[in-house]
Amino acid sequence: MKILVCISNVPDTTSKINFTDGNTKFDTTGVQFVINPNDEFGLTRAMWFKEKQGATVHVATVGGPSSEPTIRKALAIGADEAIRVNTEPTDGYFVAQQLAEVVKKGAYDLIIAGRESIDYNGGMVPGILATLLDMNFVNTCIDLQVDGSNATATREIDGGKEKIATTLPLVIGGQKGLVEESDLRIPNMRGIMMARKKVLNVVEPVEGIMATNDIKFDKPAPKGAVKLVDAANVQELVNLLHNEAKVI
Amino acid sequence: MSVLVYTESDNGSFKKNAYEVASYASEVAKQMGTTATAIAFNSNENTNLGNYGVTKVLNVSNDQLKTFNAKAYAHAIAEAAKNEEAKVIIVSSSSDTKFLVPIVVGKLGAGYAPNVVAAPENINPFTVKRTTFSNKGFAHTQINTEIKVVGVSSNSYGLVENSTQVDIEDFNPTFTASDFSTKSVEIDKVVGKATIADADIVVSGGRGLKDPENWGMIEELADVLGAATACSKPVSDMGWRPHSEHVGQTGKPVASNLYIAIGISGAIQHLAGVSASKTKVVINTDPEAPFFKAADYGIVGDAFEVVPELIEKLKEFKAQNA
Ligand SMILES: Cc1cc2nc3c(=O)[nH]c(=O)nc-3n(C[C@H](O)[C@H](O)[C@H](O)COP(=O)(O)OP(=O)(O)OC[C@H]3O[C@@H](n4cnc5c(N)ncnc54)[C@H](O)[C@@H]3O)c2cc1C
Ligand SMILES: Nc1ncnc2c1ncn2[C@@H]1O[C@H](COP(=O)(O)O)[C@@H](O)[C@H]1O
Repeated sequence: MKILVCISNVPDTTSKINFTDGNTKFDTTGVQFVINPNDEFGLTRAMWFKEKQGATVHVATVGGPSSEPTIRKALAIGADEAIRVNTEPTDGYFVAQQLAEVVKKGAYDLIIAGRESIDYNGGMVPGILATLLDMNFVNTCIDLQVDGSNATATREIDGGKEKIATTLPLVIGGQKGLVEESDLRIPNMRGIMMARKKVLNVVEPVEGIMATNDIKFDKPAPKGAVKLVDAANVQELVNLLHNEAKVI
Repeated sequence: MSVLVYTESDNGSFKKNAYEVASYASEVAKQMGTTATAIAFNSNENTNLGNYGVTKVLNVSNDQLKTFNAKAYAHAIAEAAKNEEAKVIIVSSSSDTKFLVPIVVGKLGAGYAPNVVAAPENINPFTVKRTTFSNKGFAHTQINTEIKVVGVSSNSYGLVENSTQVDIEDFNPTFTASDFSTKSVEIDKVVGKATIADADIVVSGGRGLKDPENWGMIEELADVLGAATACSKPVSDMGWRPHSEHVGQTGKPVASNLYIAIGISGAIQHLAGVSASKTKVVINTDPEAPFFKAADYGIVGDAFEVVPELIEKLKEFKAQNA
């Protein structure tokens, strides 16, 4: 089985979000970039397929040279090879088109992506990718088993979960649950050394549709101070929720 | 050339978000000088859409679609969009919808703006405001393709009543076997309880509750309020509560009217996922807990004293206002 894990390079979850250039760009000053958490779960599941079922695991990212440390980290965690499509990922449709090209060239059976990137929160790349390639797709995937060309995927639904039977080739939008939190790996020294020798192919983008573009950003208005209610006067909270907030 | 809206139902009844997206679609149709057409699957309530400005419903009634199937639903929606020559498609942000939308988008070569929080700022070029960076910012996004898909953030636009005459037409999309190449084999879901996605009120517990045995009062509080229960990430990681209750940046998003956080510190990843809620209440022993900076109302106090008291006061309140 040949697996491609799609990795989105995103600001660390603790990052302060600011905008620059007249609020037209995300300000990366002082921001640490990481593997998108949803992709980290997926990558870890891919490592399981590698170790238990002999799968080959490649990782791909669509991004400029600054995304290389993140993709190297994926190699250090254990991916066999990496591909970077050398262009800025500003639109989900465009990114999906670039990844579709990578998948066609590499003839992958299983594409593991994440449910969403935590930066632009598109939640669209894996589903568009699957559709462009006419592959099966399961989103918000929290468990994945593969047996030959059959796959059983569990997805999270509102208030529970659903088990889905399907076949490869398959694209999933993975998330927390795909592996245990404790299975996530931090690259060790040996992994980092080995990653330096692994192949990182840089390919140029193909032509695609720039379906959307963000013309401006802003931040939520600052929040007013919290209204504190005395612990001895819980009735006051009920009154406020009813009369002021009007939520009960 | 109408605006197409996908109105989601469950067991024949529309979800609340269906009326919200219908309201939104009517507004877009008005701005564009056209009408709003809905597509609904096995719904018994199609006429209700007329209360929110929809003038036509494409009624798909098909036993094969009784259980949600993203690929097949997406196929039907794309086919309806073609038939109606719809240039704008409005959808919700539920997890089922977020599953099928990228498939529709891929089929139609459409541009998609998810998590949109307001009516379009402009029709030409088509520009919408949406949340990004897990609610820490907003983007004003222009959609450049001929067909545009707008995902409306839950509970952001609200319901706008606008009574119109509604025509209901049967619509039978043509399916092939490949539309059913992913099959639901088992659904394991709580029944008869509000879910995080649909509930107006969410009551959430964190590590401060110390033990899964202590969740009784969280459930009781949720019961009194008709609320869904939720939890922080460590609580689900430790197996105190099911994963489907975990909320936050890497869990379920919450966009309720009222979110009550009990024994939750308010880590940045937690807040990112719940901050779309309109009113936030925190109950925590530590006045320095970051949640107090994000909340509207707070009680500095011990959950084991405050929550039972709150349950009593709410019961009295409910009895008086019944
Ligand atoms: C990549 C990444 C993603 C993450 N995603 C998420 C996410 O999606 N959702 C999420 O929740 N977390 C997420 N986290 C974890 C997050 O950083 C915090 O660790 C977590 O939210 C803390 O959970 P908590 O508030 O329940 O526990 P704690 O931080 O331990 O807080 C417990 C609180 O309870 C209070 N307390 C103690 N006793 C009482 C009492 N008797 N009465 C009242 N209050 C009491 C304490 O004062 C404290 O503030 C993520 C972390 C990372 C690194
Ligand atoms: N620039 C990118 N390069 C590679 N994969 C990506 C990129 N952007 C998104 N993806 C994948 O698609 C998933 C969903 O992303 P998005 O649609 O941007 O929210 C991510 O979790 C990744 O797996």
